Amino acid sequence: MQEAMINRAKQLLADGTVNRVIGWKRGEFVYDVTPAIFETAEELDAEFVYDDFTAANVSKYLVKECKKEGKILAFLKPCDTYSFNQLTKEHRVVRDNVYIIGIPGGPKLDAEKIKAKGITGILGAKNDNGTFVIETLYGEEKMPYYEALSTKCESCKSKKHVVYDELIGDDGEVLESDRFDMVEKLENMSAQERYDFWREQLSKCIRCNACRNVCPACTCEKCVFDNPDSGVENKAPADSFEENMFHIIRAFHVAGRCTDCGECSRVCPQNIPLHLLNRKFIKDINSLYGNYQAGEDTTSRAPLNDYKTDDCEASIVHERGVE
Amino acid sequence: MLKISLDRINELFEAISASQTLYIPTDREDGAAEYRKYESGMKLSNALNTVRSAKDFFFPQTENLVDFKMEGKNIEVIDIRKESEDFVIFGARACDARSFTILDKVFLAEPVDSYYKTRREHGTVVTMACTRPSETCFCGVFGIDATAPEGDAACWSDGESIFFEAHNEKGKKFIDSISSLLEDGDTAKLEETREKTRAILKKLPLAGLSTESFGGERMMEHFNSEKWGELSESCLGCGTCTFVCPTCQCYDIKDFNTGHGIKRFRCWDSCMYSDFTKMAHGNPRLTQLERFRQRFMHKLVYFPANNNGEFGCVGCGRCLSKCPISMNIVKVMKALEVK
Amino acid sequence: MNNDALIPYIGVVTDIRQDTPDVKTFRVVSPEGGKVFEHMPGQCAMLSIPGVGEGMFSITSSPTNKDFMEFSIKKCGCLTTWLHAMDVGQQITIRGPYGNHFPVETELKGKDLLFIAGGIGLAPLRSVINYVRDNRSDYGDVQIVYGSRSKDDLVDYKEIIDEWMADEGIEVNLTIDNPQEGWDGHVGFVPNYVKELNPSINKTVLICGPPIMIKFTLAGLKELGFTETQVYTTMELRMKCAVGKCGRCNIGSKYVCKDGPVFRFDQLDELPDEY
Repeated sequence: MQEAMINRAKQLLADGTVNRVIGWKRGEFVYDVTPAIFETAEELDAEFVYDDFTAANVSKYLVKECKKEGKILAFLKPCDTYSFNQLTKEHRVVRDNVYIIGIPGGPKLDAEKIKAKGITGILGAKNDNGTFVIETLYGEEKMPYYEALSTKCESCKSKKHVVYDELIGDDGEVLESDRFDMVEKLENMSAQERYDFWREQLSKCIRCNACRNVCPACTCEKCVFDNPDSGVENKAPADSFEENMFHIIRAFHVAGRCTDCGECSRVCPQNIPLHLLNRKFIKDINSLYGNYQAGEDTTSRAPLNDYKTDDCEASIVHERGVE
Repeated sequence: MLKISLDRINELFEAISASQTLYIPTDREDGAAEYRKYESGMKLSNALNTVRSAKDFFFPQTENLVDFKMEGKNIEVIDIRKESEDFVIFGARACDARSFTILDKVFLAEPVDSYYKTRREHGTVVTMACTRPSETCFCGVFGIDATAPEGDAACWSDGESIFFEAHNEKGKKFIDSISSLLEDGDTAKLEETREKTRAILKKLPLAGLSTESFGGERMMEHFNSEKWGELSESCLGCGTCTFVCPTCQCYDIKDFNTGHGIKRFRCWDSCMYSDFTKMAHGNPRLTQLERFRQRFMHKLVYFPANNNGEFGCVGCGRCLSKCPISMNIVKVMKALEVK
Repeated sequence: MNNDALIPYIGVVTDIRQDTPDVKTFRVVSPEGGKVFEHMPGQCAMLSIPGVGEGMFSITSSPTNKDFMEFSIKKCGCLTTWLHAMDVGQQITIRGPYGNHFPVETELKGKDLLFIAGGIGLAPLRSVINYVRDNRSDYGDVQIVYGSRSKDDLVDYKEIIDEWMADEGIEVNLTIDNPQEGWDGHVGFVPNYVKELNPSINKTVLICGPPIMIKFTLAGLKELGFTETQVYTTMELRMKCAVGKCGRCNIGSKYVCKDGPVFRFDQLDELPDEY
């Protein structure tokens, strides 16, 4: 796959279709890749990588990139195409300035999941028929491959590319996923249990803003939380509940626009399952307004921006939890 | 050397925590380790390191500096400082122990930061030598020996027992306080363990990293390097690297109106944030390139310029594991290396 | 526990002068009367209204004034707007003095001095000018070139006319950007005016004003034959702690709050251009 991608990128650079490529660059370790822009065939040959660890969604970079001179080639995984479409719908990217090649997606892996098994000193890794064989400073270690999956790939919602100029490999289908299972589990908890769950999780927050900064739905020019004049700009939580609120407010803000790409949870240094907040909103929107997948297209009106006479009454308190 | 058998370690923790607050690294349910206040039965983590560094103990993420009462045109300044209580941090690694001496250079320089100082005075740092360094470790590059950590007292594990050694008066006092639990032990197996660890340290993938290109003398050369553009191009501008870093110490001061008085807070800040240098009339660092550059220049060039060549990095590797886009000081050092 | 630099003192505002449409000068004393602390010309203080904000301001009065401190403050942000709206008798918090100062006791002693200021940039220089006036025999000739957008925007206009211009051995050259009714003085930008005035190159220069003014004036001075080692300026960056720890005003190996705000231009040359 990586080779086919590099070859096609080189062709598109050579024939002038694009003047640069956004993809991923190899780092120090087997699992460590960085989103990067490539401008020449030599750079592609030397550093371009597409493997089990290229989980990062590059769609958000296109907000900035599509404003530059010339067309850029972007390799988008199925989930990334939903983000791109949503950005197109919100007029944050210029579709014509991006040449999109749809590539098969994951599942992608998360090095943290390997390390959580107590496997350290990782020097190399390969998938041997479902067994992940990891070469370490302390000898060879093995673990089931699926246990190293990135959380965002554990319950994949779609293998289908919703936007592309061309594909490498076949297109897939929208999947029946179990992505709302954990949400349901939380809904079925007692209010106190649910409160305790989220307090425990959200109290780990160090307020680094990685979730917000990586989120393709968070593209405000100036976030209200970064604006010293907003009155809510805050790096110092005035009380221990504040960063809890930050995440809840952010989930509200991206409700109906979040495509469930899972980047928030992937980047969280404290492993907070932030995607569950967003999934709760998605699940609620589905049940209140009918199934809706943000980023599926670029023209439909999102339920929360659309008024229909048969919309559920705002005052209706939906059944929540068992209490 | 004085030792205690590993299977009695919780007896040790009970004894320490009977007289003062004890913090140990322990595993969370998600598998990551973090420092927690010791409670009966809590298990010492086997993880190499905690996600958050140990700097919180002396420089907490948020702290109340001073309160104010406003009445009409009058202001009352309320000094809310109190002496810290005695506490023990058990199990800090060599990298984190060194980070304290780096933080000392900032907070204990005149004018001394009394908030930091009181916690530093009341905290006893008991370090634990590493036995399983990770691929992301590069403390040796900064002259740190992971098998001989600093701290008020240090301890070593040979897999069966933990051995203790005091480095100063505070450390001696600590060991004296637990001496009834300790016995003299043979260190032959420990020496073997240390030797094995040293061999691993030499083999670490980042062991060959060189600091020679850095330091105060090359300030403008590095500042004007063309590499910053490429290095910073995918930086998200988040604060992950800053907040997991044991030596990052920039802070913000903010006021909060509680409705019945004003609380002035200090909190961690990041030079990676867009509003870090923003003023009413402009911002001298407008792009992420400039903000990204500041963070690394500070650690590799500006800090050594002011501190006899000591770098502002301890090679703990947290930023390597945690940066959302895997950009980090190692990549910066390799890119800027002057050959 | 010793006092901490971050815990401020109380100051009482005993006088407020409207200097220009957007600059007011505030007089501050301690609640017991007298100055809250001593300072040197060019040093700063952190002023705050708790709940509103804290900011670094140049102390514009001279240390030779034994009774009070003054701050000339332009309305441009949250805190300064609040300060502009307050009345006499209001308490504020104050801590300092911070930073280095103009070398009035060393390098500047015995020298002919040329002060160049634009707009609110006169504020930090006023402290030095009045210090020099009060220690007149220690210094040579004094020339002041000061410009603003209009006559109304000249800070300390009354003091300039009534006191500075009346002094022996002080030459004051005022200029405004555009012609204005009731103004028969010079019209034009400061950098050009300095060149026109063609000051003697043995003078030591102290300059403060908008970055663009400083840039062009410095270029003009160099054309006239001045070197960077004889030109001093004072800088302003965002600050929080004011004691060289919070990291905000760090430029290169310097902290503007501690190693500055006064720099000689040859020193600035050795630093990254991030101010």
